[in-house]
Amino acid sequence: MMEPVQPSKQETYRGVVWHEPIIYELSKCGRRGCAVPTIDPGIEAVVGDVLSNIPQDARRKDAPALPELSEPEVARHFIHLSQQNYGTDSGNCIGVGTCTMKYNPKVNEALARSAKLARIHPLQDQGTVQGILEIMFRFGRWLCEISGMDDVSLHPRAGAHAILTNARIIRKYHEVKGELDQRDEIITTVLSHPSNGAAPAVAGFKVITLYPDETGTPSLEALKAVVSKHTAGIMITDPYDTGVFDKNIEEYIRVVHEAGGLAAIDQANANSILGRLRIGDIGADLCHFNLHKSFSTPHGSSGPGSAPICVKKELSRFLPVPAVAYDGTNYSLDYDRPDTIGKTADFYGVIPNLVRAYAWIMTMGADGLRETSEVAVINNNYLIGRMLKIRGVTLPWREHHPKRMQEARFSLQTMKEETGIGIDALNRRIVDLGIQKCFTAHHPPLVPEPLTPEPVESNSREDIDQFVDAIQKISDEAYSTPSLVEEAPHNCAITQIDPSPATDAKKWAMTWRAYLKKKQPI
Amino acid sequence: MLKEIGIKDSDELFEVIPRNMLFKKNLDLPPTTPEYQVRRHIEQLLSKNKDSSELLSFLGSGCWPHWVPAVCDEINSRSEFLTAYTGDVYSDLGRFQALFEFQSMIGDLVAMDAVTSTTYDWASAAGDALRMAVLVTERHEVLVPRNMSPDKLSILSNYCGNVAHIQQLQYEPRTGQIDIEDLKNKISEKTAAVYVENPTYLGVIETKGKEIAEITHEKQALLSVGVEPLSLGILAPPGEYGADIVCGEGQPLGLHLSFGGASAGFIACRDDEQFLSATGHRLISITTTKRKGEWGFTFVLPERSMYVARDKSACLTGTGTLLWAITGAVYLSLLGPKGIAELAEAIMKTSYYAMKRLSEIPGVCVPIFQSPHFEEFTVNFDGTRSSIGEVNKALLKHGIQGGKDISLEFPELGKTAMYCTTEVHSKDDIDKLATTLERVVK
Repeated sequence: MMEPVQPSKQETYRGVVWHEPIIYELSKCGRRGCAVPTIDPGIEAVVGDVLSNIPQDARRKDAPALPELSEPEVARHFIHLSQQNYGTDSGNCIGVGTCTMKYNPKVNEALARSAKLARIHPLQDQGTVQGILEIMFRFGRWLCEISGMDDVSLHPRAGAHAILTNARIIRKYHEVKGELDQRDEIITTVLSHPSNGAAPAVAGFKVITLYPDETGTPSLEALKAVVSKHTAGIMITDPYDTGVFDKNIEEYIRVVHEAGGLAAIDQANANSILGRLRIGDIGADLCHFNLHKSFSTPHGSSGPGSAPICVKKELSRFLPVPAVAYDGTNYSLDYDRPDTIGKTADFYGVIPNLVRAYAWIMTMGADGLRETSEVAVINNNYLIGRMLKIRGVTLPWREHHPKRMQEARFSLQTMKEETGIGIDALNRRIVDLGIQKCFTAHHPPLVPEPLTPEPVESNSREDIDQFVDAIQKISDEAYSTPSLVEEAPHNCAITQIDPSPATDAKKWAMTWRAYLKKKQPI
Repeated sequence: MLKEIGIKDSDELFEVIPRNMLFKKNLDLPPTTPEYQVRRHIEQLLSKNKDSSELLSFLGSGCWPHWVPAVCDEINSRSEFLTAYTGDVYSDLGRFQALFEFQSMIGDLVAMDAVTSTTYDWASAAGDALRMAVLVTERHEVLVPRNMSPDKLSILSNYCGNVAHIQQLQYEPRTGQIDIEDLKNKISEKTAAVYVENPTYLGVIETKGKEIAEITHEKQALLSVGVEPLSLGILAPPGEYGADIVCGEGQPLGLHLSFGGASAGFIACRDDEQFLSATGHRLISITTTKRKGEWGFTFVLPERSMYVARDKSACLTGTGTLLWAITGAVYLSLLGPKGIAELAEAIMKTSYYAMKRLSEIPGVCVPIFQSPHFEEFTVNFDGTRSSIGEVNKALLKHGIQGGKDISLEFPELGKTAMYCTTEVHSKDDIDKLATTLERVVK
């Protein structure tokens, strides 16, 4: 018997098409999805009609127009929706660079969902939560070791939140020194994650943004030109989302320190330097890690994330309260920080993610972390080599930075000019091939028609080949049958959307009730 | 692979980092550990925690114990949702649709037409709501209630303190509700927004929402109302009594306590371009596609987000709490309109029963305020010789976790603790609390 010829995945993939109605369309008057816990008749007898305690004006008159469905209908609806979603477990997410889409180990999930964590209240007597406090304390020490810093706050709930926390600490530092009125500027770089500009602005700083020169990084002279007595600090990402490691980082930090400012370095791209470079060792005063990137906690369809900050001991006094303390016998929540910036979020952080990341670090160990960065960087440079053989794909700043760290920002400008197919069309087409769309670039995209993939350590060579083969196929299509790409997607849950509600107030509807009001001709 | 890259040793790839910057030692971390030992180690640590099956707890204060239907955990464990991040509508249609449905259900609960993607928690949502008001009104003073949690005030100040001067509104000592006279005295043409909470941190239902809205709007200021969403099964939705912005906490909507680690702030507002332009949060709109009868989704005014606007963005965008929004959509569709009304009433019944039982204890005053209450209530021990710390320590010996001590947060209330009961508390639970409390207070 002849061995069957395996068709390629690219040719045979079909997205799940359910045409799932909006849940309100499934609603049937009188259906119920659950029974509310019953109240003991003994309670009923004592309290009577409790609603009569609320004045009529303050009571709800019409029930909310929530959908009415049975439990099986609710379960099936959301299962259908989940089947039309694509995570790292679904398939190839290499395209989603800067997001470090690594595998999320299942044992970490089981631990994070343990009843021993799910069912404890943050204000319980601290003697009854020693286990979680011990995990938090030890985990914080590990992050200090990994970053070369002295102290930690586990509170921040995402990268932008961590950067806001760092910006508040920088403010407080200058305020305590009596220099806040003078020091009202934060310097960042345009290739840093946009939250390095947005968060200090929210914290009340003026933001100065440096642009790269022809080498792909800002020059030291550009930094020196903007550093002054007004400089409160520098807040940048290194390595950048272009995969370039900015060699000037140590000099930037020195220059800013000499001017009296602080350096907060965003470690969102730490996956390529784990165990090899500690930002604290080269002078940074503050940093943060995204546990949902480098430390394998799931991205949760965009959160909850978790982004602890690490700082040098001089800044410990400003950290959010409470910190986790250990006196040799007991763990406790320590609120005794007179110079704290206060609180930046409710309670103590995204605790389940701390447990997941604790489990990941323990699984990997010190050697495993070094291996993580090694494999991630090998994977990326292998990908770069293959990508650059594809027609229409270029790597800006290649002559200055032929090798990259965790990711690389390619350009489809040539392809766009030669075929009309750019990144938007490619992103619609790649989904047809059973692969998650690619990250482009944050604004302003200095690289035209940008494409930023990031193969992480949990991706195999076969994963990388599958991704590059898909880009190759789309390139071939762009040069032979561009309309096939332009009209994509063809094999997905839906066809091309009408984008006009994005900017048309008469059409947009963020809720079903708004849609029902607007669907009639105005 | 090294050969194809054209190198002999992976160290060559790290030559882009100047040699002096490299870390040359080994990290002082545990050794590589197999799954079995990792699991055993962490389970042993977690087993030191006393969870709600071993400890009868009456804590709320921003993290409320509620029954979580199994479907909620089933859906948020689906790895297609759990492990996804930022795909677009073609790869991640399910996420867009579930989020649109969550936005819609929050819109129904609060009676507002526009709802944003969820942010970190209620407090940060409240801060962002006030930043929105400052941008819309171009004014720089906000009034916030003295009866809110001081922790939440600290968080809120971290968000909007540099764009607005924050002034506190007193509450009436008798009712615990906003002091209308104080509001009239403090509000002015400079006021961007008045922020009130309903129910309040002190458990009181604010019954004068309409009056507060009228006074606020007379000065062309905006009213922002913070809510615990389950209360809206029975309380008037803020959109109906004049709120311009509503924010609140998503934790009660199908999320576990998780040591305070599972929260989600939501923001609803008027469907008005001026308001929507004043937030950096993502907004998902429903749309159509090229195929007849097919729904699609798109982001509204994407240039507002920090991804485009960078330092000109009204607030932070970025990774939020969208898995919890998806869970909230599951939870609210299980409850439906009747379920949420029944649930809110059930919660209120347990609280009224608990207030009644505890008020029978000599020396204990429950509640301090003469107002309707929801879910939480003040318990004052000034008529006893015991401190809250002593009471809670004694209760703990009987397997009971007493309420949150607020005597430092609200010194004017004396020895007061916040107690919380919900649908998860049985009559026996509350009776046990009452009889034990009676025994331990001196």
